Amino acid sequence: MNLLPRLPGRSVGTRGVLARLPEAWRQPLAVVGGVVALAWLVVAVAAPLLAPHDPLAQELPRLASPGPGHWLGTDQLGRDVLSRIMYGARVSIPLTLLLVALSLLIGGSLGAAAGYFGRWVGEGIMRVADLVFAFPTVILAMVVAAALGASLFNAVLAVLVVAWPAYARVTRGLVLGMREREFVLSGRLLGFSAWRSLRVDVLPNVTGPILVLATLDIGTALLLLSGLSFLGLGAKPPSPEWGAMVASGVEVFDSWWVATFPGLAILTVVLAFNFLGDTLRDALDPRTARAIKERAL
Amino acid sequence: MSRPSAPSDDPAGGGAPARAARPGGSGSGGPAAGRGPARGRGFRSGHARHPLARFLARRIAVAVLLGFGITLVTFVLTNLVPGDPVTANLGQRALGDPAIVAQWRAEHGLDRPLPAQYLTYLGGLLQGDLGVSQQSHRPVLDDLAEFVPATIELAGGAIAISLVAGVAFGVIAALRRDRAADQVLRVLSLVGISVPTFWLALVAFYVFFFRLQITPGSGRIAPDMSAPPAVTGLYTVDAALAGQWEVFASAAGHLITPALVLAAYTIGLLTRFTRSAVLEVLGQDYVRAARAKGLPGRVVLFRYVLRSALVPVITVAGLAFGSLLSGTVLVESVFARPGIGQYAYKSATTLDLPAVMGVGLVVGFVYVLINLVVDVLYGIIDPRVRLS
Repeated sequence: MNLLPRLPGRSVGTRGVLARLPEAWRQPLAVVGGVVALAWLVVAVAAPLLAPHDPLAQELPRLASPGPGHWLGTDQLGRDVLSRIMYGARVSIPLTLLLVALSLLIGGSLGAAAGYFGRWVGEGIMRVADLVFAFPTVILAMVVAAALGASLFNAVLAVLVVAWPAYARVTRGLVLGMREREFVLSGRLLGFSAWRSLRVDVLPNVTGPILVLATLDIGTALLLLSGLSFLGLGAKPPSPEWGAMVASGVEVFDSWWVATFPGLAILTVVLAFNFLGDTLRDALDPRTARAIKERAL
Repeated sequence: MSRPSAPSDDPAGGGAPARAARPGGSGSGGPAAGRGPARGRGFRSGHARHPLARFLARRIAVAVLLGFGITLVTFVLTNLVPGDPVTANLGQRALGDPAIVAQWRAEHGLDRPLPAQYLTYLGGLLQGDLGVSQQSHRPVLDDLAEFVPATIELAGGAIAISLVAGVAFGVIAALRRDRAADQVLRVLSLVGISVPTFWLALVAFYVFFFRLQITPGSGRIAPDMSAPPAVTGLYTVDAALAGQWEVFASAAGHLITPALVLAAYTIGLLTRFTRSAVLEVLGQDYVRAARAKGLPGRVVLFRYVLRSALVPVITVAGLAFGSLLSGTVLVESVFARPGIGQYAYKSATTLDLPAVMGVGLVVGFVYVLINLVVDVLYGIIDPRVRLS
């Protein structure tokens, strides 16, 4: 995690986080999530080696139910569903990761600025965020995607437009809560500049939740992206994108495997990252950690 | 329908006091007092007079700005489009005839410069006129009046299910922390937030309707029934009001599967947030103090823990309602429920500008309303955040 650099332990928060991490990864949920996520990454990288068929070749009997030679069945064009799902990992996973990194960067910076400096800058940023929030996510994404023209790249842009405010809002809320804490105030009284105070006192105490949000957001972003494709506003037809594959399964309702397995692929990837994110949250949240230690109630 | 004109009337009434109140507030608090990062340590005496009126006025002013912003964003977005509404709406043969194209453009006011188009729209909006849909050739207001209740019914049902189940599960998980119940709920809630809604809708439809045939099919009520007399537009409520219990049963039956599908995500979300919020509060000194002075566990849980934990939960629930409204797009298309999700999808893909703006305004209005309710609830539940 490059967001947790090995700084010479300046703040207790960062050092404590590093000390807690290894134990966190031994949690069963984290192990399952990590293994599944890793497996999908391997599939994405090695799809050409692993896939039994060409994902675009229409060479098998149409709508064959799962069986030898085509373990997850074939679709209405005689393409192997398993191979298409494997190649689909190369489409969805990298785009989703990129998407989350960009929203974290944009939303996090804006939110920190809004929370720390408050006043006009903050109000302005948060009103823009409100505006985006006020628009229903999928509808705004739909409008953006429809306006730009249906393509996977435009769908990514559309999701980015709706994804950053969540980071801005959470970051702002956390910074706001931290801003008037006594140790931050004492820092300011000691003559820390606003930037130094933000970096040294505030940010280490807010990175945990934001990091968790980002990990959990990988799932959300993938869901939204495949949702747009499901609606026909993302990946174009021959592309083996999971959401589009589920949509094509709607047309052949009786052949359940066409829609079911791509949906399971989405579910497992999202679930894996959510397992990881959930464990991370427990490990990084100092309050939960304290609650665990004290065994209150 | 006078409703859409209500928010546009309010700005005139609400905006002025807000503006008048602001200088008053900072005047009594001293220049730049109150909100500076290190300065405003909570002595907000200037806010003491009519804090609620001031708060509401500000909120309404913000709401109006928001509505304005929504129309502007939609307008700009849909006009930046490489696509042209003319090609999206007219047939191939009509497109070949310049006269028909020009006539269509003139009919929909598309032949005039963009700022003029926008001002015309705003002018109409102030009178409660949302324009005419290019696609259905009906006033957008009529379209919305038809489709919004179906979606409100669906999203309302889903959020009600989610709140009850989510908070209950979350509290159980927090109190049984690290025991079997907690682990099971944790995995279940994670599955809930991880499952693609459109896929779950499809699976539910396939399994319960197509295979098992225990739920009714698509639509809002059985095809051989007629809709109950319209009062609220919510079929379940209208049927109950009219005493048509068969219709009610049918409407409720058609509602339950899509509402549960939609709720899967929010139940998971609220369970997780409630759990962590409750855990966080459990570690606080005042909770320990309450325990130490011998209060019974139930009192501590409801009066001390839950009250404080509800603040973040309510925020999330408010946000979740927004996500529910948009999530309906995916569910409505699978269950063939005519709602604003479907309407928005058709409008977006045909670049039907007035319709998209209408949907944006309605959902924006709902969002602002929910946010307002959440903010007021904040103050009621947790005195510490009042007017901060």
